[in-house]
Amino acid sequence: MSDTATSAPASSHRRPFEAGEFFRRYGTLCIFVVLVLGATFESHAFLTDRNIMNVLRQIAGTGIMAVGMLFVILTGGIDLSVGSILALGSVVSAITIGVHGTGLGLGISVLSGAGCGLVTGILVAYAGLPPFVITLAAMTAVRGFALIISNGQPIMMDDTAGALIENFGSGFFLGIPDPVWLMALVFIIAGVVLNFTKFGRMVKAIGSNREAVRLSGIPVPRYIMAVYIISGALAAVAGIITTSRTGVGSGVIGVGAELNVIAAVVIGGASLMGGRGGVINTLLGALVMGVIGNIMNLVGVPGYNQQVCMGAIIVIAMLLQHGSRWFKR
Amino acid sequence: MSDLLTLRGITKSFGGVRALKGVDFSLRAGEVHALLGENGAGKSTLMRVVGGEIQPDAGTITFEGRPLTLADPKAAADLGIAVIHQELALAPDLTVAENIFLRELPAAISWSRLNRRAREVVARMGFELDVRRRVGDLAVAQQQVVEIAKALARDLKVIVFDEPTAVLGARDAERLHEIIAVLRESGVGIVYISHRLEEVFRIADRMTVMKDGALVGVTSPRESTIDDVIRMMVGRSLSALFPKAEQRKIGAEVLRVDNLRRGVKVRGVSLTVHAGEIVGLGGLVGSGRTETARLIFGADAREAGEIRVHGKVVRIASPLDAVLAGIGLVPEDRKHHGAILDMSIRINTTLARLAPLVNLAGFIRRRAERETVTGLGRQLRLKSAGVEAPVSSLSGGNQQKVVLAKWFHAGGDVIILDEPTRGVDVGAKREIYGLIEELAAAGRAILVISSEHQELFGLCDRVLVMAEGELRGTLLPEDYVEEKLLALAMTKPIAAAEAHPEDLPAHTHQPVN
Repeated sequence: MSDTATSAPASSHRRPFEAGEFFRRYGTLCIFVVLVLGATFESHAFLTDRNIMNVLRQIAGTGIMAVGMLFVILTGGIDLSVGSILALGSVVSAITIGVHGTGLGLGISVLSGAGCGLVTGILVAYAGLPPFVITLAAMTAVRGFALIISNGQPIMMDDTAGALIENFGSGFFLGIPDPVWLMALVFIIAGVVLNFTKFGRMVKAIGSNREAVRLSGIPVPRYIMAVYIISGALAAVAGIITTSRTGVGSGVIGVGAELNVIAAVVIGGASLMGGRGGVINTLLGALVMGVIGNIMNLVGVPGYNQQVCMGAIIVIAMLLQHGSRWFKR
Repeated sequence: MSDLLTLRGITKSFGGVRALKGVDFSLRAGEVHALLGENGAGKSTLMRVVGGEIQPDAGTITFEGRPLTLADPKAAADLGIAVIHQELALAPDLTVAENIFLRELPAAISWSRLNRRAREVVARMGFELDVRRRVGDLAVAQQQVVEIAKALARDLKVIVFDEPTAVLGARDAERLHEIIAVLRESGVGIVYISHRLEEVFRIADRMTVMKDGALVGVTSPRESTIDDVIRMMVGRSLSALFPKAEQRKIGAEVLRVDNLRRGVKVRGVSLTVHAGEIVGLGGLVGSGRTETARLIFGADAREAGEIRVHGKVVRIASPLDAVLAGIGLVPEDRKHHGAILDMSIRINTTLARLAPLVNLAGFIRRRAERETVTGLGRQLRLKSAGVEAPVSSLSGGNQQKVVLAKWFHAGGDVIILDEPTRGVDVGAKREIYGLIEELAAAGRAILVISSEHQELFGLCDRVLVMAEGELRGTLLPEDYVEEKLLALAMTKPIAAAEAHPEDLPAHTHQPVN
């Protein structure tokens, strides 16, 4: 727009229907609906209680991590260390719950993830180092830690001490798996924080224009550090869920998980430049990832072909949300 | 002597604003021709035409007797026309030799041959420089030499220097002038843009003065004095825009800054602003005014200096500290530093002070927030489609009002405005002046930076003039004439010239964000 524009009232921000804007907002929902409809037609097994609960249980971990990743991406950052922190959380919980009991064990596990986030957060926010590189380093280092702590071996959780937590992993409440309840809770809290609190607003504002926020007297580094702590803590939570489902803590799980998590957030329409993205769309993004995998398993698409399809779907989602400018040319 | 380069009736508009209005300019071989004028007079635009960077809407260019069109910078370079901009166009990670021959690097580089040819070019200027060094490691003066060498590597006929000495110390400026003398001897036509008039009078053969995109006249150091030239540069009235409000009551001292320093941009600035007072900070672009404002606001770290608010020393290490001390800044670059364009008017307005709108549970009280912002919008006569409209949907003037609303809401006692009416239409300008008056009348201490002198004269109780990182003087309303302001901004006391550190490494010149 022009600086010398007349001072006539700006055109209304409620514009008539515009395909680009519609897909930016509801593209993820469209993809999800199309996938579910397609899946229902393709396989009778898809729309059964059992299968749906299975899908939901599978995405619980990814979904929870996607919330942390959403906060990081909203600030314009990225967190590649979540897969490794998941493994660390899994190992630490398997050990500490046996030794210190459920409550303290859970606390230590979550703190271990938050601690990893604190370190990367300080390096990114205060030292101003690029998040891609720093969290890449953390990805390697934390994976090493998890393997050192577990001696490279799977750690069986003490069955008596871990009974409560093992029940959680495979348990149901009102017919819905417990981890899915936890994921729902995380999403609700995140939605409230993002939309109704100062913290959420500042996170989005920093991603939109970091310098303008800084020059408004906002302690930007504090917020940036915080999102990495959140991401780390939630990744550890995802690790605890894995342990609780299998009864085993392992340092080798979650390799490449960060990419699924980032894919979920991005399919959910968040911009890697920061500032744009929402909780509901991120949940849909995680669901899309889950449903794609599930339907291909049900129909019997071989594993390698699945990977190609997954990649193609991510590209389609991107084109739907951001491609309107390209098509217009 | 016939003209090497002649421009006739050059006209150029940018989106309805006429930047050049039929300008004539001629350059002879072997002359130093200074191009003078205030900021925004159109000097740089004219030279961008010469460099082929922009195409004029009308007018003719004649070079060595032949009419021509310069389609792009390469066309100009091929003819032997080089423009040395203030921001040097060098690749910092390449060596001096690579930079000199950047345009014609062979696919396979023979280092010995490249370095030998580079050494020849540098030596032709009477300069010594290791051509294998990384350009990023050189001092600014040396980088400038590389830029000139780059031009000399080809058959050079015309060279334009756009404020070359603005970033140089006295000794380096001297060396540059020696290089210019060599070029002049060899018959190169030299265009020299500078705000340092003494310097211009020392080296120029002729001088062309521009004002508001038009030619004022051509003269020479023999025919005119510095005062004559300043008189040619000034004169334009905005005074109708300032309905002088009732006499404001000027109260106690609110802001006091002592000996503020950072690099060469801010060299020991001290100033005070009282309650209800509007103080102007005048001078030319690059004189260190924006940098001074950023130091006061904590946007950059200062090397020395003390800041007092209401008589108490405050520790300002970040914008947060400044806001807590009651200082607000309306930055020069509205789009990148002032507003979050993608976000709503509501979010932008309350950004600096959300606390009173947050309830005990930590939630933002949306309704209270909306009411506050709607009220401020009405007070500031903001024209928008509602508080939820994104700032990017507003005109420049209304965007600036949103930034002002932010500091109205934050309610500090000191407000610094850096070029508050840049890119704003005349109607909105008048309203913004009214709002600044309003803030002062409410007892705030206001510091206004502006490159439009009439704006400062119309608005301010006092105008401090900066040049080269220092305060050069104060103008009171009885001295409000542009000649006096420019005389302070463009001439340098001889004693001061000796007292400054020279040859600072390059990194101290670069702005830090």
